[in-house]
Amino acid sequence: MFWVRLQRVVRSGWINFRRNRLVSYAAILVTTITLSVATAILLFQAVLTSAITQVQNKVDIAVYFTVDAPEDSILALKSTLEKLPEVANVQYTSADQQVLDFRDRHADDYLTLEALDELGDNPFGGSLLIKAKDSTQYEAIAQVLQGDSQVARDNAQIIDRINYSQNKLIIDRLNTLIRDARTVGLGITAVLALISIVIVFTTVRLTIYVAREEIGIMRLVGASSGYVRAPFLVEGILYGFFAFVIATALFLPLTYVIGVRATDILGFNLYTYYTTHFLSIGGLVLLVGIFLGWLSSFLAVHRYLNV
Amino acid sequence: MIKFVNVSKVYPNGSVALEDINLEITTAEFVTIIGPSGAGKTTLTKLVLAEETPTEGTVLFENIDVASFNRDEKTQLRRRIGTVFQEFRLLGSKTAYENIAFAMEAAGKTDDEIVSDVPHVLQLVDLQDRMFHFPGQLSGGEKQRLAIARAIINQPEVLIADEPTGNLDEASTKEVIHILKKINDLGTTVILTTHDPLLIHAVGKRLVSMEKGRIASDEERKIKV
Repeated sequence: MFWVRLQRVVRSGWINFRRNRLVSYAAILVTTITLSVATAILLFQAVLTSAITQVQNKVDIAVYFTVDAPEDSILALKSTLEKLPEVANVQYTSADQQVLDFRDRHADDYLTLEALDELGDNPFGGSLLIKAKDSTQYEAIAQVLQGDSQVARDNAQIIDRINYSQNKLIIDRLNTLIRDARTVGLGITAVLALISIVIVFTTVRLTIYVAREEIGIMRLVGASSGYVRAPFLVEGILYGFFAFVIATALFLPLTYVIGVRATDILGFNLYTYYTTHFLSIGGLVLLVGIFLGWLSSFLAVHRYLNV
Repeated sequence: MIKFVNVSKVYPNGSVALEDINLEITTAEFVTIIGPSGAGKTTLTKLVLAEETPTEGTVLFENIDVASFNRDEKTQLRRRIGTVFQEFRLLGSKTAYENIAFAMEAAGKTDDEIVSDVPHVLQLVDLQDRMFHFPGQLSGGEKQRLAIARAIINQPEVLIADEPTGNLDEASTKEVIHILKKINDLGTTVILTTHDPLLIHAVGKRLVSMEKGRIASDEERKIKV
């Protein structure tokens, strides 16, 4: 009997959906706007994360070693640092590579290169370039290298200088910027989501207000509350589903155009991101649409069931 | 079967719809309740259907207080009572066939029963040619016949017809009277409310007269039904 009732409810919901076309179109349109906002928010978060990652990648801590620092000691420190939970990776540049890099950078500067040649010996020591997993963790890494830790004491003789203090201001500003960007992003997301949800609720309530008399009649002819409510829930789910289809049909070409024109600015191809993450973004948006339609219908019908 | 014991109903706006009503309706009776507009006839039917609750007193259906019913019990009660209203109360978004099928589906009837019974009952009320018409496409008489068909499709024990001919012409009224009599002959209790003189003289052995929320008279008549 359950399957028979389910079949009847789905059929009835589908028939109502088709017959009340204008009302259905209005509800789908509003839900489409909501789901478009949801999709835009998800893509905006991706753009924001990409921008933050790009900036974060430009920040690091460089440890410069004395000229006579043994390579084994530097590599041992590298190995120690790599084991720190805050560290993403450590890149070693030998003293020989440093001088080659210096020559490359000053290839057109004859005087500087001549001065280097006159020195005879390599004036550069090796260096380690440390990337943290998160920009807020640089201070903790710097503490390990500069503070009162065992690592700092063991390596005090070979470390010439650490550039953290020079970068500290930039890193701090970056952390504030990232925090603010995330807070503002979340705030905008919350406000837009709330507005959209209220609009969908109101529209679906209006569609059901039109049918309030029929709801009462259904109760009076002996239909249970669940049986009266169910087709409206199916209609709500259909609004969400079709709104998802339309929102997807809008965002595929839109992200394609943005992907073609703004990949350099964004740092990644938005279309590729959207299509490769379609299961998660589309799935989430579909669930949001179906849930919104279902919940709006559920609450709206509930008001008129007390007959 | 249905019993009103000292029933009063006062609406929230203060209007007194019923005052100290005592009435008993037995199985297979045909009771005609007459009275002018505002006499309390419709409120009486609403109390039986648990659409309203009495302010005082009790309405019993088979000795159970209707006001004590929860939502599910109200649903079960309404499956045992067919209702026909003056304003038809048909489902405007469903065809004639679907209106009746809905009542059957709600009562848990199988698809086979629906497919066989709906055309049959539509034929009984002479609407077989209007099966796939929407209520908006039917005349007043056709709408009321459809409402009757819906009310009787689940073979209810009681049929309440609240001013069923209020919006009908004379020919349609006679058709409705004829159908109601047939339903009563088959053993269904019929409660008819009306202020239509044609109906008052044509049907119902028992005539209950109401005035200003009270029962003015309750008499058995010797008329040919």
